[in-house]
Parts: sequence; C-alpha cells; structure tokens
Amino acid sequence: MPVPHLGEMLPKKSMDNTDKYLIEVADLKTHFAVRKGMLRRVAGWVKAVDGVSFRIGRGKTLGLVGESGCGKTTVGRTILRLISATAGQVTFDGSDVFRLPGSAMRRMRRDMQLVFQDPYGSLNPRMTVDNIVGEALTVHEGVRGRKRRDRVVSLLEKVGLAAHHAGRYPHEFSGGQRQRIGIARALALGPKFIVCDEPVSALDVSIQSQIINLLQDLQDELGLTYLFIAHDLAVVEHISDHVAVMYLGRIVEYTDRDELYANPLHPYTRALMSAIPRPEPQRRHERIVLHGEVPSPSNPPSGCPFHPRCPIAQERCSREVQHLEQKGQGKEHLVACWKATGGQGAHCADAHDVV
Amino acid sequence: MKAEDILVSIRNLSVSFATEAGQVRAVNDVSFDIRKGRTLALVGESGCGKSVTALSILRLIPRPPGRITAGQIMFGKADLLDVAENRMRAIRGNHIAMIFQEPMTSLNPVYTVGDQIVEVIRLHQNKKGQAGWDHAVEMLRMVGIADPAQRVREYAHQMSGGMRQRVMIAMALSCWPELLIADEPTTALDVTIQAQILELLRKLQQQKNMAVLLITHDLGVVAENADEVVVMYASRVVEKASVEAIFDEPLHPYTQGLLRSLPRLGRHAERLDAIGGSVPDPLHFPTGCKFHPRCPVGTDDKRCRTNEPELREVRPGRYAACWLAPGYETQSEHRSYE
Repeated sequence: MPVPHLGEMLPKKSMDNTDKYLIEVADLKTHFAVRKGMLRRVAGWVKAVDGVSFRIGRGKTLGLVGESGCGKTTVGRTILRLISATAGQVTFDGSDVFRLPGSAMRRMRRDMQLVFQDPYGSLNPRMTVDNIVGEALTVHEGVRGRKRRDRVVSLLEKVGLAAHHAGRYPHEFSGGQRQRIGIARALALGPKFIVCDEPVSALDVSIQSQIINLLQDLQDELGLTYLFIAHDLAVVEHISDHVAVMYLGRIVEYTDRDELYANPLHPYTRALMSAIPRPEPQRRHERIVLHGEVPSPSNPPSGCPFHPRCPIAQERCSREVQHLEQKGQGKEHLVACWKATGGQGAHCADAHDVV
Repeated sequence: MKAEDILVSIRNLSVSFATEAGQVRAVNDVSFDIRKGRTLALVGESGCGKSVTALSILRLIPRPPGRITAGQIMFGKADLLDVAENRMRAIRGNHIAMIFQEPMTSLNPVYTVGDQIVEVIRLHQNKKGQAGWDHAVEMLRMVGIADPAQRVREYAHQMSGGMRQRVMIAMALSCWPELLIADEPTTALDVTIQAQILELLRKLQQQKNMAVLLITHDLGVVAENADEVVVMYASRVVEKASVEAIFDEPLHPYTQGLLRSLPRLGRHAERLDAIGGSVPDPLHFPTGCKFHPRCPVGTDDKRCRTNEPELREVRPGRYAACWLAPGYETQSEHRSYE
C-alpha cells in the first residue's frame, strides 16, 4: 500500500506551490543495507528514514525534532543528496533533485548548504579561515585573490567575526566562533536553503543564544529557508515556524509551532515535552516517564513503531500502522496515532492516566 | 547551617595546571559545603573549573601537570587533601563514588559489566565469589536493568547508552557511598532516557540518604534536582544560594544572563537575550572581575575593571561575588558561612 504523504493530504494549491514552497519532500525513504559474511550479502535493512514527507515555505523554518537514531540527520543529508535516497522525491525550487544530472546538481548545490553540529570536527585544521570560507567561491565562481579576500571578509563580518580572523586557523577559535565560521562557509555562495544539523547542541549555554540570534538575523536579512534539526525542543520552539516530530524513521506529528506546544497530540510528543527539565524549581510539572528505549531501526516493532513504549497503546497499535492524519478542525495538525483526537481536553485526560 | 549536617566542606580550594604556555589556574579559592542527603549542583560552562573541583574531592587530578595549590577538603574529621594514599583508596568508591558523563569510555570494554561491579564490591566489602556476583546482580536489578542475571555477563558494547549509565550508577552505588559525585550524568543521553536516569537517581538518593554533587550545565536539570546551587565562572564561585533563590532572583549578572538567555518552552520571545563575548582564556584572564568584559551592568565601574570581588554573604544564605550586587558593599568583611 502506498504511504500517503503530506503533499497528497493537503488541499492542492494548483500551480503556485513552487512559489510558496521552496522545498517539498514526498515519501522519502533512505534504507541502509546491513551486510554480513564473506560475500557481503545483504542480511537486512536499516530503515533510517521510512516514508517522510514535508514542505517548507520560502523564508520559513521547519524544525525537525527527535532523539538520537530517529533518522533526522539522515533526512537532512538525503535531501542534499549527500546520501542517496532509496525512494521518494525532493522538489527544490521547482526541480526534482534526485533526477538532476551532475552538472545541474553542482549548480544547485550553491543554493543548498549545510551547517554541522560539531564545530571542531567540521573545519579542516590545516586550512586558514580564508580558505575554509573562500574555497567554494573559487570552485563555483572562479573568484580568486584580492576579490575573494574581500568577499570572505564581508562574509566574516556578516557572522560577527572580523577581517583579521581570515588568516587564522580553526584551533585559534572558541566553539562559538568556529560555528560562526561554519555559518560563513555555508553562506558563501548565497544559498536559499540551509540544513542546520544540531547547530548549537555542542555549544555552551551562553553561546547557544548568540548563534540562534545570528541564524535568525541572517534569515531576516537574506530570506533564507531553514531545515533546523535538533533534539532540544525549547530551541526548536524558539526558531521554527513549523515543527515535525520524528520517531524511528517516520514523522509522527506535524503542525505549526504554537499549535504543537499548546496542543501536542501524539503520545510520543507529549512524553518528549514532559521529559524536558524546566528551569522553574517552584513549578514541578507532571512528567510522563517512558519505559524502555528507542527500538533498533534494523528490527522495528510491528504496527506503530512507538507502541512498545506507548502509555496508551491498544491491541490494534501492534498490528496496524497509522499514517499521518489531520486532527481537529482548526489548523493543519497531522498526527500518526489512532487514539489522538483533535478535541480539546481529550488528550489531557489520557496524560493524567499515565503519569 | 548546623555543623553535623555537613558531609563535605571545601575551603579555599585552588588548583593549577602546568601547560607549555604557563600556569593555568583552573580553580581559584573555591569554598562550599555539601550537606548530608542533599543535592548540590555545581553549574557553569565548559572550562569554568567545575569538573576539576569535583576531581579534587577524590584526589584524581593528574599530577603532573595538575597540582592542588591550596585549600582543605574536610570529610568528617579528615582533610582529604592530607590523608595517606592507601586511606584515600579506601574512601574512593566506598564513601565517595563518582559517575561520569561518557558511559562508553568509563566502562572497560574487555571485562563484563559484572566483573567491573564485583571488583568494587570485593575491594571494599570483602564479599568474594558468588556473594559478590549476587550483590552485582542485585545492584543491576535496583537500577532497573531487565534480566540482570543475564546482563551481568555482558560487555559494555552490548548495551545502549542509557543502560551503560545505569551500570555506572550500579557500580558507583554498590557500596552505598555517603556522597555521589555525578559529573554531567545525563548530558550524553536523550531526553526521555535522561528523565529515567534522573528519576532513578532521586529514588536511590532518598532510599539511602545519600548526598549528591551534581555537575551540569543544564539549568533545567538543576532546577528539578538540586537543593542548593553553586555557580562557577572562570575558575571562581560567583554565586551560591538555594535553588529557589537562584531561579527567583539571581544576584550575579552572570547568573542573570544565563537564565535570561535560555529559550523556554511555551514562552516566545522574538530574540534571545544572549550574553555577549565568550568565556575568557584561562591563560589570559581579564583583570578585576573576570566577568566584567561581558557584563551588561558593570562595564563602567572602575572597581569591576581593577579589583576582583570575593564571594560575600550579601543577605542571609545568599552569596555573591559582584561589586554591584545589592548588599555587597555593606558586607565589607568576608564572612565565612558556618
């Protein structure tokens, strides 16, 4: 049975989708082969991403949240064609990314960039900042010498660094400054879309907020579109327009951020939100503590992938997979759960049962 | 605070490390008390000296290059910085135990987890053979590992991150220490697993009336788990108070900045209130108050730039190291806080 995806379920806006949405992902699957034995025979598949669909409006931010191993990073890299997809379609600015021939893909790469989590591992320690930021300018545009230096300096200034930093090496910088260098590198070719893969989780608390503010300022100034991948729901809430929650290779809930935080419907989303320790000692909030751990994507449970840990699972959940479905009458709010209802209050009663 | 409530009392601790570029003072004149059965959170950003302070309690600072240059760490009647090494070995793991951030690298990959727990039990409790193994299985059951008799024969790589951290806790608690030092115990874990581990720690702490020194940078974890909070910045304690007081009304501008900069669930702000600049290099600490180049309130004050403020009790139970903290000036003399 074909997996229905967001694009099908939403009212079609006939032809202006390309104008409104920069990127549309339809039923994306990325499976990795597990090979065993001398002949390296395929012994099984890890379904890292298993039918993910979403779209991001121009100049908007989609937050992609989930725990380690849920496939969020693989989604980001597959969209950029850094990992090849098993199935599905990605439409970027009107063209089908997976079908583009090499030369056209190279041109398209200028429009889609990536900021990495680890500001230590993602900068070549033997290259100066000038070369790190400027390399793409030479490769893609043939800019060299004085001209390139000027562009690098203006990029550095845009991310809050100074001209005299250009001649230095990565080890001379703090974590926050390195992340700024990584952002300058991503901006070098004037992209439209940036995948930010956990861009602040390796940074200290006081530096995290600086980088988040910088990313927001750049978005306002340059009209960038972000896919913001993170495990920290508070950070995602702050920066995103829409949020997709992933569990074991699938999106289990998708809506705009106000709706998600005011009215989370999927039991996994609710557990995830209640698990976050909050900096308010007076108000100890109720907590849903999930039992067990995330199952291995090479051997996922039958039916709903969340059912072994779900506090409200029914017998049906272990047999059938529920796909994303609109809940309630109001805003676009898609949930992959039989028991989630759109009605106000219904889910709250459940939450009390399980605490 | 009554003297008999205090389990560990750290006074004027200073630790230096010799590097090629010169002496780095990682910990500078740090004093605080850990109370019996309570949780004290040591908060700060990377490099502020919080882990070095904790390692000093167990005398695990690698020497060279590290050296404890001054101070006292009183545990009962003994100064831990002064006792003989064989006595210290009897304290480590038995009276004071520690769990680390990285459960993968702190477990030995070539021994089963049972071997590693039994080692602690054999050393300190004189339980040999089957008795030791039974104890190990019991500990694994207590930390919520399913099928402990089976798991005790497994290796660290066969377990998930959350399970490894449970094994670390089982090992650390196998002799029921009076103090558990937990250095970023959940930083490497997912939030749903973090919630499980923190709940487990709270439960075991209550059962055995154990004190916990919780080292973390996560202010949410602090708010929900600590009784008292010590905030460190650039090798010094800048603020100390009960957890309610710190979150209600932080007195030091650094603490204020940290709390303001956090994105919070359900509270939208257009921009986050970031602290400018970055943590200073310990080889080139600024003069005066080490926070003054980043401080939003003290930049114009001459004292902030030239004189380092010591930690003072600015009102009952509240300590701050800031010239501009309300009440700081009137406390002209350093009052120790016994």
